Amino acid sequence: MADPEIKSYAPHHESQSAAVTESPTARAVLMIVAFAFLGVFLLLPLIIVFNEAFSKGVGAYTEALSDPDTRSAIRLTLLVAAISVPLNVVFGISAAWAIAKFEFKGKAFLTTLIDLPFSVSPVISGLVYVLLFGAQGLLGGWLKAHGIVILFAVPGIVLATIFVTFPFVARELIPLMQEQGNGDEEAALSLGANGWQTFWYVTLPNVKWGLLYGVLLCNARAMGEFGAVSVVSGHIRGLTNTMPLHVEILYNEYNAVGAFAVASLLAGLALVTLVLKTLLEMRYGAEIAATRGH
Amino acid sequence: MEVRVANVRKEFDRFPALRDVSLDIKSGELIALLGPSGSGKTTLLRLIAGLERPTRGKIFFGEEDASHKSIQERNVGFVFQHYALFRHMTVADNIGFGLKVRHGPTRPSAQEIRRRASELLDLVQLSGLEKRYPAQLSGGQRQRVALARAMAIEPRVLLLDEPFGALDAQVRRELRRWLREIHDTTGHTTVFVTHDQEEALELADRVVVMSQGRIEQVGTADEIYDKPNSPFVYGFIGESSSVPVKVEDGQVWIADRPIGLSAPQAQEGQATLFFRPHDVELVDGCSGCIAGTVAASRRVAGTRRVELEIGGERQRVEIELPVDHPAAQKSRVAFRPRRWKLFPAA
Repeated sequence: MADPEIKSYAPHHESQSAAVTESPTARAVLMIVAFAFLGVFLLLPLIIVFNEAFSKGVGAYTEALSDPDTRSAIRLTLLVAAISVPLNVVFGISAAWAIAKFEFKGKAFLTTLIDLPFSVSPVISGLVYVLLFGAQGLLGGWLKAHGIVILFAVPGIVLATIFVTFPFVARELIPLMQEQGNGDEEAALSLGANGWQTFWYVTLPNVKWGLLYGVLLCNARAMGEFGAVSVVSGHIRGLTNTMPLHVEILYNEYNAVGAFAVASLLAGLALVTLVLKTLLEMRYGAEIAATRGH
Repeated sequence: MEVRVANVRKEFDRFPALRDVSLDIKSGELIALLGPSGSGKTTLLRLIAGLERPTRGKIFFGEEDASHKSIQERNVGFVFQHYALFRHMTVADNIGFGLKVRHGPTRPSAQEIRRRASELLDLVQLSGLEKRYPAQLSGGQRQRVALARAMAIEPRVLLLDEPFGALDAQVRRELRRWLREIHDTTGHTTVFVTHDQEEALELADRVVVMSQGRIEQVGTADEIYDKPNSPFVYGFIGESSSVPVKVEDGQVWIADRPIGLSAPQAQEGQATLFFRPHDVELVDGCSGCIAGTVAASRRVAGTRRVELEIGGERQRVEIELPVDHPAAQKSRVAFRPRRWKLFPAA
């Protein structure tokens, strides 16, 4: 988009005024601490992941990845992301639209509810589904009578993933839509557009970069989720094991190359996400709401 | 297209923004809704557009009752205060939007839409800017694009919300003249909202003065300025001075003196006298006039404005004097308003 005004909002680093600048020594110390910390706790583990994965050569790496159970875990993870991310996009846009553009009772409650998955431990989220859909659970009897399997099967994994990733899209869009207000939509309606056209031609393009940013974070979390999925999956190899679960199983079996090979794929996903996220922030900082860091 | 607003009331959360408003707008007329903020002028405009629904009352487009029609069905061109241009679309796409979203046979071809957009850009004197984005335009240019976009749908009525509100004084004056020309060329029935009385009086065929959710007066610039029908209009339009008086035996009195104004038609009792500070006649000596002591004197452009304290209660009134008039220095000045109006005290 050739849009100079918006571009100028992108993060830029102006030279600080002298009054708030630390002495060179203090600056150096702060920078060394920050880099050392990040190096030990973030960069080093990342290097070790790739190092271990390739410790027995490229052949062993590709062999580990072509194991049928590993293949199945990768397929399941992709399937779960493919279902939960689009659903969360739809839910996220609807929730953000409702909260940003209308006044209604219970709005504050809804806003708080959206944040719930962030504040609840993922294990609890998983347990909630066990209590709800498990054999002794609230709906367990009814589900069994109708032959519907949710727990320890793909539907349960998808539900748990949707639960933990729900806030990402909504939280990204709410502040953005609130800031933009209803003006553009009113203009579109006054020009004769119907609701769908207004959404498609006006609302969606106005939030597209924020939406993409939310989708990116949502996808990374959907593929990487461990806690909630671990509770509901049942760890059936080749059937209900997602990549993070499979990594744990392989590691517990002392299959270091296998575990780290799968882990390297997840790490690779994280790196790609990070690069895309940074690119989006650089280019469209203003259009991405100020709620970062989840 | 004639527009008739009949006994419309509009409440927001029980708070009345408009109370029983009726207004007839003639076809091809350029009308200004003028009032201070909170007077309900923007609400009235949005009701005509269909962006709001009346709590009570009806809105007619010609003979047709449009009260419950949606904004799409009403086919009005609305220019928003901050233009609301679609920032991700080029100028040409913005203008063509209303045609592009049409359905079936009423929807022109892409080529025809482009042609119409260029035509409208010519009309608003922005030829050649088709491929620009709104962020690359100045405020005045955005305003013109917003108007072109509203006119593209061949609206029955053109509605403008504070069309010049966000522009600087120079551009405002230019665009004002330009809007008048566009109106005279296209002949659209046009309603615009403004809080700037100069803009309203200069531009509009008729001015609707509003206050606190009511229409105070509707009339031409001359009628509004020369024959204000309420204390609010007298005070709101142009400069005015007012002083509490008493009407007795067809004469106007301040405290215990008659001031030489006879008002045989006026209602007896307490009243307020209004006059324009520049429309006074200075008199020598005082039998039948308003006399006072100069309390403050200010130079305002080509004239001098003095505040006089009159009567025992030291009521202050303002009048204008020529700059070189000796009375400006004198401590005591006597005058009589040339044109004035009495409103009974509420």
